[in-house]
Amino acid sequence: MTALLEVENLTVGYGAAPVLHDVNLTVEPGQIVAVLGANGAGKSTLLRTLSGLLPPQTGSIRLDGHDLRKIKVEHLVRHGIAHVPEGRGVVTELTVEENLRLGGLWRKPQPSLEPIYELFPRLAERRRNEGHQLSGGERQMLAIGRALAAQPRLLLLDEPSLGLAPKITAQIMALLRDLRDRTGLAVLLVEQNVRSALSIADQGVVLSLGRIVTRHDAATLVDDAELRHAYLGF
Amino acid sequence: MDRFVFLTFDGLSRGAVYAAFALALVLIWRAARIVNFAQGAMAVATAYVGYSVADATGSYWLGFLVAVVAGLLLGAGVERVVMRFVDHSSPLNGVVVALGLVLIIQGVLGMIYGNEFRPAEAPLSRDAFEIGGIALLSRYDLFVFGAVGAVVVLLTLLFTRTPTGLRMRAAAFAPDVSRLLGVPVGGMLTLGWALAAGVGSLAGMLVIPTELGLHPTAMDIVFISAFTAAVLGGLDSPIGAVLGGLLVGLLLSYISGYLGATVAPMAVLALLVIVLLSRPDGLFARSKARTA
Repeated sequence: MTALLEVENLTVGYGAAPVLHDVNLTVEPGQIVAVLGANGAGKSTLLRTLSGLLPPQTGSIRLDGHDLRKIKVEHLVRHGIAHVPEGRGVVTELTVEENLRLGGLWRKPQPSLEPIYELFPRLAERRRNEGHQLSGGERQMLAIGRALAAQPRLLLLDEPSLGLAPKITAQIMALLRDLRDRTGLAVLLVEQNVRSALSIADQGVVLSLGRIVTRHDAATLVDDAELRHAYLGF
Repeated sequence: MDRFVFLTFDGLSRGAVYAAFALALVLIWRAARIVNFAQGAMAVATAYVGYSVADATGSYWLGFLVAVVAGLLLGAGVERVVMRFVDHSSPLNGVVVALGLVLIIQGVLGMIYGNEFRPAEAPLSRDAFEIGGIALLSRYDLFVFGAVGAVVVLLTLLFTRTPTGLRMRAAAFAPDVSRLLGVPVGGMLTLGWALAAGVGSLAGMLVIPTELGLHPTAMDIVFISAFTAAVLGGLDSPIGAVLGGLLVGLLLSYISGYLGATVAPMAVLALLVIVLLSRPDGLFARSKARTA
């Protein structure tokens, strides 16, 4: 009963061909879990269901034992869940600073943005720029920074490496590991970029056509050549 | 020359009302991507309420306040009870529902208050001061400028300086993302409608004493002028709406002054058509910010 997030028998989709089928998953506090799989495996659907943007057919989602399905999307952040959607979800019409403020807006008093700017000095330089003026890497930093401004316990990250240079991806992964170590942040990381995800994950879960096909320690998945070939294709 | 100066000041005073009414249209457009064609009828309905209160209590200012508050409530109600349930996959749906609201509101007003013009007194003198022999502005004109100016300043402060303003903008630009960040998107939409309708009611109270009086269709021509102003300003820009309103006011004043008052309504429609054909994004449109 120590699990932060507990997903049981989750089925999502319509009719006979669900997008997700009977998915079971747990994330412990301070743990990074990587959900891996090809395009269309159901990774984004999983995250969107967890944060209430999609209704599940059956199954349960519990945070600290509370039924997440009974909580409205706009109240999730109060329960410690921050979701960085695919494509980053930066509000491009707002400035960097406004986007960051938006992240902490529900807290009273509103948190200082200085820690976020220390984490991402680049965002401090661009704080007056609007979202559409940022590069892809800067947008990803902004989306993660904004999620952190909400001071979550669980971060849901959808494809943070998408469209980013390997160097920036590595920076972001290092930052996540550092945050986990310092603050006990739990991360559910959805990635196509298997190597970089497993470089920081504690556990790897492989989704294929909506089903979990294997689940192992990240180290085991990387080291075991047979597992790697079978499920990760390298 | 004297006539030109007079027409200019008169046009700016009318334009200020169009600006406020156009601002109301822009507020709803930004929040919900609907052109609220019922704005005029809603403003008239609250003006009837305001003047009823003013008649009953003998205080114009109390009636004015009641009209604006009634506008806020009516706006929130229209969003909560009607617009929330409109399928927004096609922009036409919202327009048709808004036009239906116009018919309902005008019909109900006619049943309650009758379809003849009721005189609506201005609270302040409409006789213009003369400066250097030219009649420029009346006390009432100054009140109009003051009220519209205050609305513009207050809305600007709300949207740029307050957490609620930030929430409203975020909810309008990116509803799904805003929800994930804890913004009550539905509530922000209701608030947007309430504010817009409140501003619309204020504009209605300001303009009706300068027209023929209260009538269920009293705001129809004002609506067309203000809609033209909003389109001139690009429909998305509050500053554009204010500038567009002043511009339309000036233009109408010159046209009715030099060519005759009967030409003015046609001139507004002509202007609307020209703008929609030649600059559908408005005169002040920036390059599109949203590309992805």
